[in-house]
Amino acid sequence: MRSRALVAGCVLLGGVVAIAMVSALWTPYDPADTSGGRLEPPGPEHWLGTDRLGRDLLTQLMIGARVALSIGAGAVALGGALGLLAGIAAGFAVRWLDDMMAVVLDLLIAFPTLLLAMLVIAARRGSLLSAVTAIGLAMTAVVARPARQQVKRVLAQDYVTAARTSGTSWPGIVAGHVLPNIWPALAVNLALQLGRAVLAEAGLSYLGLGPPPPNASWGHMLREAQATVLVAPGDIVAPGLLLVLLVIGVNLLADGVREVADPLLRGRW
Amino acid sequence: MAAYLVRRAILLALSLAVSSVALFVLLRVLPGDPANALLDMGATPAQAAAARHELGTDLPPAQQFGGWLRDLARLDLGRSLVSSLPVASEIAGRLHVTVPLTVLAFLLAVLIAVPTGFLVALRRGTWYGTLLAGVSQLGLAVPVFWVGMLLVTVFALRLRWLPAGGFPAEDWAAPAAALTSLLLPVVTIALVMSASLTRYVHSAALDVLDSDYLRTARALGAPLRAALLRHGLRNAAAPVVPILAIELASTFLGAVVVENVFALPGLGSMLVRAFAQHDYPVIQGVLTLSTAAVLTIGFVADTAQRLIDPRLRRTATGTSA
Repeated sequence: MRSRALVAGCVLLGGVVAIAMVSALWTPYDPADTSGGRLEPPGPEHWLGTDRLGRDLLTQLMIGARVALSIGAGAVALGGALGLLAGIAAGFAVRWLDDMMAVVLDLLIAFPTLLLAMLVIAARRGSLLSAVTAIGLAMTAVVARPARQQVKRVLAQDYVTAARTSGTSWPGIVAGHVLPNIWPALAVNLALQLGRAVLAEAGLSYLGLGPPPPNASWGHMLREAQATVLVAPGDIVAPGLLLVLLVIGVNLLADGVREVADPLLRGRW
Repeated sequence: MAAYLVRRAILLALSLAVSSVALFVLLRVLPGDPANALLDMGATPAQAAAARHELGTDLPPAQQFGGWLRDLARLDLGRSLVSSLPVASEIAGRLHVTVPLTVLAFLLAVLIAVPTGFLVALRRGTWYGTLLAGVSQLGLAVPVFWVGMLLVTVFALRLRWLPAGGFPAEDWAAPAAALTSLLLPVVTIALVMSASLTRYVHSAALDVLDSDYLRTARALGAPLRAALLRHGLRNAAAPVVPILAIELASTFLGAVVVENVFALPGLGSMLVRAFAQHDYPVIQGVLTLSTAAVLTIGFVADTAQRLIDPRLRRTATGTSA
């Protein structure tokens, strides 16, 4: 492995993925189990203590990893697919249509993700699916704009002209030339977007606009912990810390992929 | 420059129009009946129809939109479904918190990011250059509300140096108290915002430091500091200014979130309350205003970029290929 960032990123992301996978099979308690005492401090029974309803915090933390990753991955899949399609469409489109899409993308990209996500959620109430839709749609322009530029750059190459003159269809050009060439940059961008999606989901959940329990996410845990911060100030540490480690891991992964794909960029962030 | 300004102003007007249509469509035409917010659980269909009539949601969408645009032109954003007060005056009553919070946090973020970005670029390979780079990596990964919670816990609850939240009832008539209650929120937002800004400044500074004109200036005997001030800052500023616009918009959004950590009576807490109560006119009003602000900031930044960098004036549009 040539890149330390890539290794560190894989380790951090892998750790959170492992927690999420374990939580699907086993958690210390049932997430709805309120048998613990209220706001218990960390101890042998409950390693991270309990919330104000007596639910185990370690259990919630583990399930939170699953929620963060599934919403993040879902949003990246949706936003990435739509953005890539829009980028390819604009790249192949006639001049005026491409110009119009460029203006619309410039417009959309100036929009903060959280604001767009709030708009979507204003229309459809909070659920796991609406969080994915909101964040994924909000991400589309951020994926589409660089994708469009890269598609155009590839399409201007001589080998594409050669392929066209020899009769290759446009799906053939997309599969044979465009995708292989834009793939590294796209992967880096999607990794960065995964981090942003996870942060956006945490922000929405913290504001009470996220998916309702039992899909409680880390943002929701922090919202709950803030309400009881005078009694149990320690409860705000763990969800935030895992959130930060996950996002750092994903960002490092993006840096690592970029370094491996383009050695000239080494030393830049 | 004049032709550019006209073209860019038309684009701004177009964007404002498109975004207001989008907002309207998202909030009114998609499923979910705003009238439900006015009704009790056991409301009769007649009551529901009356509520829809009161809100005007029984009219065809085109007519609703026309009415909303007419009202918007008169700065009438409708009335809150919950408090029955005009949305415009409710918003105006909350800007005195959100605007100072956004502006102060943004200024502090710039004050942190510009020297840090240059320092990291100048000190490539030293231990504190690496340390600063690492801190800024961390800042990119931290949710702003969590930073706020940590700062409150340490500085308000443990050390009791600063208030944990709220805003003085006397408002800015008590400037010291008002500033004190904004201090922690401002620092919270600035710390997080400066991280991404540092990255951009660092990247721009690296381009400047590696440039031929700086090497020439140094070869002609100019000390590094003088060469940087004379040639470097302006060159580095050109790519950073449009980023500043996006950052200012994000700072505003950070303020919206952080107001909820510190229980500040600003636009953010108003928006979140409106979401919880399905108060559509308030949601629409706050989001319309935010959108207009974001788009206008982008317009100003693009224009400023052209003033800073004459090379851009040669191309017709401000957007790069």
